[in-house]
Parts: sequence; C-alpha cells; structure tokens
Amino acid sequence: MPRPATDAVGGAGGPGPSLPPSAPVARRRSRRAVGGVGPLGLGVATLWLSLIVLLPLAAVLVSSLEGGLAGFWDAVSSPPAQRALKLTLTVSAVVTVINAVMGTLIAWVLVRDEFRGKAIVNALIDLPFALPTIVASIVLLALIGANSPIGLDLVATHWAIGIALLFVTLPFVVRSVQPVMLELDRDAEQAAASLGASNATIFRRIVLPALAPALISGAGLAFARAVGEYGSVVLVSGNTPRNQVASQYIADRIETDQPAAAAAMSVTLLLITFAVLLVLRVVAHRRTSREG
Amino acid sequence: MIAAHGIHKHYGDFHALRDVSIEIPDGSLTALLGPSGSGKSTLLRVIAGLEAPDEGVIAIAGNDVTRLAPQGRGIGFVFQHYAAFKHMTVRDNVAFGLKIRKRPKAEIASRVDELLEIVGLAGYQGRYPSQLSGGQRQRMALARALAVEPRVLLLDEPFGALDAKVREDLRKWLRRLHDEVHVTTVLVTHDQEEAMDVADRIAVMNAGRIEQVGAPRDLYDAPATEFVMSFLGPTATLGGRLVRPHDLVLSRGPAEDAVPVTVERVVHLGFEVRVELRDGDDAQLSAQTTRAEAAALDVEAGQSLFVRAERPAVAA
Amino acid sequence: MKVERAPRIALRTVALAYLFVLLLVPVGLILFRTFENGIGAFWDQVTTPASISAMALTLEIVAIVVPLNVVFGIFVALALVRGRFRGRGFMQAIVDLPFAVSPVIVGVSLVLLWGVNGWFGGLAEVGIRVIFSLPGMVLATLFVTLPFVVREVEPVLHEIGDEQEQAAATLGANGWQTFWRITLPSIRWGLAYGVVLTVARALGEFGAVSVVSNGVSGQSETLTLLVANRFEDLNLFGSYAAATVLMGFALVALVLMTVFERRSTRA
Repeated sequence: MPRPATDAVGGAGGPGPSLPPSAPVARRRSRRAVGGVGPLGLGVATLWLSLIVLLPLAAVLVSSLEGGLAGFWDAVSSPPAQRALKLTLTVSAVVTVINAVMGTLIAWVLVRDEFRGKAIVNALIDLPFALPTIVASIVLLALIGANSPIGLDLVATHWAIGIALLFVTLPFVVRSVQPVMLELDRDAEQAAASLGASNATIFRRIVLPALAPALISGAGLAFARAVGEYGSVVLVSGNTPRNQVASQYIADRIETDQPAAAAAMSVTLLLITFAVLLVLRVVAHRRTSREG
Repeated sequence: MIAAHGIHKHYGDFHALRDVSIEIPDGSLTALLGPSGSGKSTLLRVIAGLEAPDEGVIAIAGNDVTRLAPQGRGIGFVFQHYAAFKHMTVRDNVAFGLKIRKRPKAEIASRVDELLEIVGLAGYQGRYPSQLSGGQRQRMALARALAVEPRVLLLDEPFGALDAKVREDLRKWLRRLHDEVHVTTVLVTHDQEEAMDVADRIAVMNAGRIEQVGAPRDLYDAPATEFVMSFLGPTATLGGRLVRPHDLVLSRGPAEDAVPVTVERVVHLGFEVRVELRDGDDAQLSAQTTRAEAAALDVEAGQSLFVRAERPAVAA
Repeated sequence: MKVERAPRIALRTVALAYLFVLLLVPVGLILFRTFENGIGAFWDQVTTPASISAMALTLEIVAIVVPLNVVFGIFVALALVRGRFRGRGFMQAIVDLPFAVSPVIVGVSLVLLWGVNGWFGGLAEVGIRVIFSLPGMVLATLFVTLPFVVREVEPVLHEIGDEQEQAAATLGANGWQTFWRITLPSIRWGLAYGVVLTVARALGEFGAVSVVSNGVSGQSETLTLLVANRFEDLNLFGSYAAATVLMGFALVALVLMTVFERRSTRA
C-alpha cells in the first residue's frame, strides 16, 4: 500500500501542540492524520538552521564581494594570501597522500593481521578525533618543539605543519577503508591466487580496485579537513607570515580588522572544500549506480 | 455501528478509495477482503482516523467522527507488525491506554492482569516485546487495544507477519475471543480462507471499490461479480461461464448442457481428485471430484468424457 | 591474499611504529611533562583562579549548547525523517555544512554577522554584545556541534518508523504524550550518543571560539583558550596541565561513546 507523501496537521510525531479532539482540522488532499511533522515543526527547524548556519555563511559571502569580483580577486591574489593558500594546499596534498598509504596499511593490519592488543590499537585510531585540536597542537609541540626529546626542533617550519595535519587526519582513511576491507570477497583473491597471481598482482588488480572508492572518499575527507585545519597547527607553525596556513591567514586578517580580506579567503577555502566534497559525492554516486 | 459514506482517498495520482460506502453492524466481525492495493487497509485507517479521507463521512455509533483525531474515536487498532512499544514491558504496553486516561493504579493493574489472562500471556508481565514470539507480540497488541474498552476493534492484517501454523491458531482464538467480548470488529486480510474462517460478514474490495458485502456463504454461493467469484475460491470456465471446479460433473455419455472434453491428467490429492481437462476449443479447465466418483468413472488420461455444471454459474 | 609471516610482521611493525610515533609518544610525553613534578604541581596549575574560571566558562557554554542542540536537533531530525517537503535535500546539506567549514571561518562568519559592523551590529547599540562575549562563544559552539544530535537521532527515527506513534494515538495519547512516552524513549540511546559527541566537541572547540572571544583571563577564556594563552605567555607547564585536563574529558567521552554505542546496537 503506497504511503501518502504529504505533511500533516497536529501530528503526534513532533513535539508540537496537539489539537483538541473537537477542533476542526483543515482538510486537504492526501494529508496524513498522524505521525508527521507539522508546518510548525518544519518552520522551527528551518529557522534554527538559518540562524545558526546559513545566515553567518551568507554574511561571509556578502562581505567577500563588498568590493565586487575585482576586490575579491585582489584580496585572494595578494602575495601573502597566495603564499598561505599555496602552502596550505601543498602540505594538505602531501599529507593526504601519506595518510592514504599509511591509512590503508593500518586498516590492512587491523583487519587481516592478528596480534595481542589489536583492540587497543583499533581504539587508538580515534584519538585524533577525540582530542581537542589545541591539545593536539601542544602534544605535538612536546615532540617536535624546543624541548624535543628526540632533538628535533621543527617549530615554525613546513614540517611542523605537515606533522600536525598528519596527526589530525589520520583516522579518515583508516575508518573509511577498514569496513570495506572487512567485507572484501576473499574468494576472489583465492581465485586469483589459484590462477597463479602473485600477492603484488592480487593487491593491485583485485584488492585495490575494491578499496578505491572508500580510499578516495577517506582521502577526500582528510584533504578537506586539512585545508581548513586551525587549532592543531596554531602552536607549532610559529605563525610567521612565511609559515602561515590559510586558516591562520584568515584569523590574522580578522584580528587586524581586514574583514574583506578574511571573508575573501574564507570563501575561497569553502569553495575548495565544497568542490572536493562534490567530487566525492559524484564518485560515490557512480559507484552505487554501477554496483546497483 | 460504523458507517462510511462516499469515501474518496487519493495518494498523489493513485485513487486508493473510490466512493466507498459500507455499514458495519454492532457486534459483528467483518472482514475487508481484497488483493493488495485494493484499498482495504486504507479504508480501515480512514475509519481509525489514521488517514483523513478527501471526501466522505465516517460515523461511529451515529456520531460523525470524520474530523476527529484517532484519540477521540474510541477505537482499538492492531497493526500487522504489532507496533509493540519496544522500550516497555508487556505490562506497560497493555497499561498504556489506561495510564493515558489516568485510571487509578489498582484498577490498571487488575485490568492488565485480567486481559493478559484472556490473551494467554499471564506471567509474561515483566517481559519485553523482544523476548516474545511473533504470535505472543500480536496477542499483547490485542490486549493493549482491548484495554481501553474500545467501541470498535480494527485489525490490519493482524496475522500477516506470522507463519501458517501460528496464523491458524490465532484465527480460531480470535473467533472465540470475539464470541466472548462481542466488540464490533473489522479485520483486514488478503487471505480468503482467513476471512471465511473468522468473519461473519465479508466485504470484498477491488481497485478502491467494494464489490460485494455479505455473509461468507452467500458470497461464495452467490457472488455478485466475476471478481468476487474468483477471489473467494478456485474457478473453471465452462462454455464461457465461471463455475466452481467442485460443481463440475463428469459423465461417460452425453447429457443435457454437457460439453465434450478430453482428460489430460488425473491428480490424486487424498480424498479429492483433480481431473485436468481440455475442451473442444482447446481451453484447459479442471474439475474437482471425489475418489469414489473418479473410481466409478475409471478416469484416466486420454479419455474422452462429458462435463456439465451442477449449479447455475456467474455469466463471464 | 595469503601473506607470509615475515612480510606480515614487517607490515605490522610499520603500522604500529607509525601510530606509536605519531600518536602515543606525543601524548605520553605530555602526560610525563604534566606529572613529572608530582600531582601537587599539576593540581596547583589546575586550580588557579584563571584555570577555574576557564573551566566554569567552558562548562557554562556546554550547559547552554547541549539543551539547545537537543531540542532543535530533534526538531530537525523529525523534519528530515517525517517531513515530505520541497527542499529536504537542501536541508540535509545544511546540516552537514558545519562538518565542512573550517572553525576559523565559523568564527569570522559570526563576527561578520553579529559584530559591531555586521548585519546585526545594531544589537550592540541596544547594549546586547554578542561578539567578544558569551553569546558569541555559544553561537560558535552551536555552529560546530549542530550536526551531531541530528545525525545520531535521524537513523534511529528512520528505523523505529511511525507505527508505534500511530498505535499510541489510537490508544488515546495526544501529540505531547506520544512524544514523551514513545518517541523520546525510543531514540534515547542515539540521543545520548549525540549529546556525548556534542559535549566533547563543545569542550574542545578552539578555532571558532578563539575568533569570537577576546580571551581575557578570568573572563572570556575557555579551557582551550587557556591552553593557547598559557603557551603564548611561556607558561609551558601550565599549558600542559590544562591540556591534560582536556585530554581527561576526551577520554571520558570516548568511554561513554563506547558504552552508548553498545547499548544502541543491543536495543
């Protein structure tokens, strides 16, 4: 029996006021009497999302275009802006590649290998998600700061930014590849082995293609996170104009009262992030339509 | 009495109910019978107030309830998939309606125990729905619906999710329960055997319309339409007319109105024997007969026989 | 793919070494630095007036943000699951937006909206200060934590469907009664999980809050800001101590998440 596709009045589902039994209910075609969300609930939800999320972002967009497209372009193409953007994208890309490789390797070890304490290692992966970013920053500072126990003072270098981003983006690839690897059809691998394929060939021809969508998705999310990362970088980068990521550049502009420059860079970062996420969505969509 | 008058209901472009009118007498157990998509569940939900009709009037005990929410209609509703409150014990599930009505605690407790006794779940008070079998869950749902002493009990394919054996037991049990409690009951089902077994009145629905309402036997013996005829039991076509296979009489020699046929296959099903035939127009039909009759005729494949209908049939 | 023993151990070693160097060594080092002078020294750093005020402010923000996100998160989840309206896909995308927006951009956007020169700058003239005061920090935290409750409650609502609610209605329950007695208890574990995520993120948020707060010690300094400010004041030990407190919170959150996840998969 097809379910009606409409809203309802005085629905029992939402925490909206219910109509007294005798109150006349506006009649309309195909309305659902119970279990829906009334127009009131919908209005509250819309208002909330608009106030908290949409309006602020709209303010950024409008501010970035206060000087017109030319002003926007000037702000984004100024040498310090260009330097920050280039640094951010380069380091993020390198970090994404490293964690794509290491993340896949860690996922493989967690799924196919057996050793004592595996459950603890598995839980440890989520640590960067759970740890506040500023704590990550100070934690890494202990490792690669002036008092480094391994004699590695990397503060205020590109390396420091890279290590901070490696830390915070570690879980993405592991957590997206791991479940797919668990579901992997081992029969296909055994069939390939029985046909004489080496492990390297099996990995390249059988395993990797199966993992690819999850790997791309995890790497994309990691890249999107890296591009906007602020807290973990802030203490280790030294925040010199030479060694400043895009988010630091934005914070810097707003502190020095250059809102238009801050807004323009913000919009640029948002566009990059959305582009990455859009590509991921297309990849995921193509995958489901191919396998479905 | 429940009365529906001129009910129309659309889901988008789909016309689920087309000018449906029906009266359900007090104390009866009426089955709404039809294939899926015939509108039977929609009609039940409209009676319950879970769906609002686009047009038409619903009256319960003479009161127009069309614009009344389900809360105010004095109904009990049982869902196909139980709709058990998973986070509540059996006791709290059954007590729900009474607690909403703010009845005294002692009264609730004794009423719940009494109902669980009736539905055969005494001693299960502290269990959660996840600890019950499907049949037990549905009996709990029935007790829950009966707890508020509804004027009308509405059952939406209540046994549809259960396996055959449990379904049959619950059917008999429901019939007995109805004979004891006498609450006006409407049962939605797509299973004609279930409808014939349980109900004292059947409304056959098809494509959003009610085709015929009546006692099970009347519908079986005097179907108003071809659809009712074929939905309530097996049919065979003889000389362009629909007949019941057990109304076909086989003979060796020609008789009045008899048609010559060839026997294709003889299937022995214990007491009954199914004889698959082919008539002069090369159309297949099967006749249902008894062992004794089949033996008397000495029926075997390849044989030429004559067949006629014992009872007047519905014109096709 | 059957990997021989030797290469398997080699792969395991590489993976564990990477995790060890990147995650365990730094965290262990902080704990060591925090407690190398004994618990007493740590305690002194954690109980300074500035530190206590930072904790109080952080908890105050959490106490405001969590109920708001619970109430409105349930509204949004209900609308997404039960509502059949135009623009539902758009609403889905908006809910995910905070995951994709850099915290610093969140802060900047709030300054541009609520700041003195922003769209709602007029509020300052009637004496309502948003930026550089508590409301700004609350708004920043609300922005970054908005998806959690919605995204945890939504799948549960999907799964339970609306039949139980219809059953409650036929038994005489009105909208409120159905919500309190049926809907809310059914989603409680998903909701609890969402709340833990919200609390964890609210405690740890730095980027967005740092932009909308002036970080005055004892006044508008949250725990995360305290970590950064102490570092900048070259009070490295104090910074470690505050970070350790935050790590403790994160650990509690992780444990609670595991508990609630088990509950919700069992129920």
